[in-house]
Amino acid sequence: MSGGVDSSVAAALLVEAGHDVIGATLKLWGGPSDSGCCSVADVDDARRVAQQLGIAHHVFDLSEEFEAAVVTPYVAAHAAARTPNPCIECNRHIKFDRLLARARRMGFDALATGHHARVERHAGRFRLLRGVDAAKDQSYVLSMLGQDQLSSVVLPVGALTKDEVRAHAAGLGLRTAGKPDSQDVCFIASTDGRRGFLGRRLSLRPGRVVDALSGAEVGAVDAVELVTVGQRRGMGHDPAGARRYVVAVDPAARRVLVAGAAAASIGRVALVPDSLAWVDGPLGHGARAVAQVSAHGRPAACIFEGDGTQPAIVFGAAQRPVAPGQTIALYALDDPAAVVGSGIAA
Amino acid sequence: MSPTAAPAGPLAYFDHAATVPLRPEVALAMAPFAADRFGNASGSHRLARDARAALEDAREEIASLLGARPAEVVFTGGGTESDNLAVFGVLAACERQRPAIVCSAIEHAAVLAPARAAAGGAGRVRGLDRAELRVAAVDRTGVIDLGALEECLGDDVALVSVMLANNEVGTVQPLAEAAAVVRRRAPGAALHTDAVQAAPFLDVARAAAAADLVTLSAHKLGGPKGTGVLVVREGTPLRPLVFGGGQERERRSGTHDVAGAVGMAAALRESVAHRQEEGARVAALRDRLADGLLSSIPGTVESAPRELVLPGHAHLRFAGVEQEELLVLLDEAGVCASAGSACASGAIEPSHVLLAMGVGGRDARSAVRFTLGATSSELDVQLALTATRAAVERLRH
Repeated sequence: MSGGVDSSVAAALLVEAGHDVIGATLKLWGGPSDSGCCSVADVDDARRVAQQLGIAHHVFDLSEEFEAAVVTPYVAAHAAARTPNPCIECNRHIKFDRLLARARRMGFDALATGHHARVERHAGRFRLLRGVDAAKDQSYVLSMLGQDQLSSVVLPVGALTKDEVRAHAAGLGLRTAGKPDSQDVCFIASTDGRRGFLGRRLSLRPGRVVDALSGAEVGAVDAVELVTVGQRRGMGHDPAGARRYVVAVDPAARRVLVAGAAAASIGRVALVPDSLAWVDGPLGHGARAVAQVSAHGRPAACIFEGDGTQPAIVFGAAQRPVAPGQTIALYALDDPAAVVGSGIAA
Repeated sequence: MSPTAAPAGPLAYFDHAATVPLRPEVALAMAPFAADRFGNASGSHRLARDARAALEDAREEIASLLGARPAEVVFTGGGTESDNLAVFGVLAACERQRPAIVCSAIEHAAVLAPARAAAGGAGRVRGLDRAELRVAAVDRTGVIDLGALEECLGDDVALVSVMLANNEVGTVQPLAEAAAVVRRRAPGAALHTDAVQAAPFLDVARAAAAADLVTLSAHKLGGPKGTGVLVVREGTPLRPLVFGGGQERERRSGTHDVAGAVGMAAALRESVAHRQEEGARVAALRDRLADGLLSSIPGTVESAPRELVLPGHAHLRFAGVEQEELLVLLDEAGVCASAGSACASGAIEPSHVLLAMGVGGRDARSAVRFTLGATSSELDVQLALTATRAAVERLRH
């Protein structure tokens, strides 16, 4: 229970269904932050909701694990000019690993969260599906879950729209009913920003912006570690007036390569081999699927290449470049709501 | 409205170090002051005089039970406020440019946090942050190292704070010996002791006789929450934290909480009257619990030697177990225990006490504190033994 409306209602629905429920809030971050997993005000809200539901509430301190599995890799990735998704790493290593193991050790049958996605059981196998509210769907950030985890995961609000979730909370008189959705990375305060946070953990270095085709220097950035592949902001326009996109970042040479939209488009994305995760077995080489490259990105048809040492996906139509470190969630071609698996762009 | 929090099944309370229920005698003594004896003790008419008389009765009784003079008893809003008043009050009264504060490494946060703030650390208050903080180490048994204390002392020390007994592991501190060292090496320093945890079991009048400032809290004795005392021995320089009407001889302004003072006096009276037989009874129950857990759960250790701790404390570590998980299972079984102190969010804080004793990391995170007291029974101990064995077995499975 993060102290947000979704996990509040998830708990409420389970209590209403007659389950024996306890609420757990994770303390993941000791530093300054506005929201998400870390602020005392949010823990107070979660505790208050648990009181109103008549369930026990406990705070689990997984901040050491979070630092090691999420924050440190996040900083290291930026230093290497990669663009990590810390929410996915938190789900992978903290919520659906450490916390799930804890729930199992304590004898609970399942771990429930307020994610907008659905788990369905068919013939003893588990499927992971998009939430019914397309605008709030969070299946992307759960796309690394496999059968073992899904067998013990319950996602009660995935069958509701956000409006229904809020209405349910309001009907119960929960103080979280009108709380705004959490935004951005929970361990980075909005007053501080990514630059402020990373600036204390890394030395941010200025770099040159170079046209990828001509090799001409066309600009400068004050921190190569903060530049993301696919970014347009701050990259200016080419002589014809078209916007430039970042196509590659070389942190060692402090160089940012840019190109126009056409030249920046890509058809193929290599995946980090050991990042592949499958909901129920791997896709075969050459299998067709639908790829989504960000939390609310537009799904695009692709083919999975998995026969060599370097797995990849190949898009049917040219795409904006995918930043190394981004997760690519794969959905079934014949059932676009069903997650097949995921991998991280190499 | 919220559903009631109390579970339906049996309940065994093992968190007497956190708080204890109001004694019936205390509730009875306080009742008139929540009803027709509501006067403001600072006034001059008959209702005010009635309240003032009750307040001074309470003050005299508390003073006598603590071996202090009535004028030395300052009523506060609780143990934390008393500790803060001791730290900042002495610092504010000190003429030195850069006075030093010395405290043991295992002090309660109510001492450590103001001391750190006064030394310009977290929570610093501008203008009141000119002190230097020196922390005296403890040994592996959780007892202050008098040699380390001596090394912290000198002419620049304004305040030394050494608790009478530790709240987490329960170790009783050699306050008289510490006082002798302080008088010898820092004769100008005021000596403060937080006796909150010790008061239910020790004779504070005797054990804290050498201290210039003594903190007590009513609710650990079966009194009301939100009432405390700071004993300020005559001649101890102290400035107030709370300014206003000048109550408590200008040491703590604010309309007197007469009911709280009366409740505290009644709680201390009852506690002192039954201290010896209660201490022996509680120690016997604690021994049964601790011995039972030590003998039936492999990999269980006691954090401090039994002979050094308060009669109600059993602080145990269960190898390989996460305290957060064990506490959930104990809670589900109706056993209310704890693990030291919680931070603002409610998460269990890494224990600075265990760390000071050389216990850190996973080992420290396997600790659970059972504290017994007036309400404890043989049945409670049986329930805790059964529930803890089952829970540890499950978690190690």
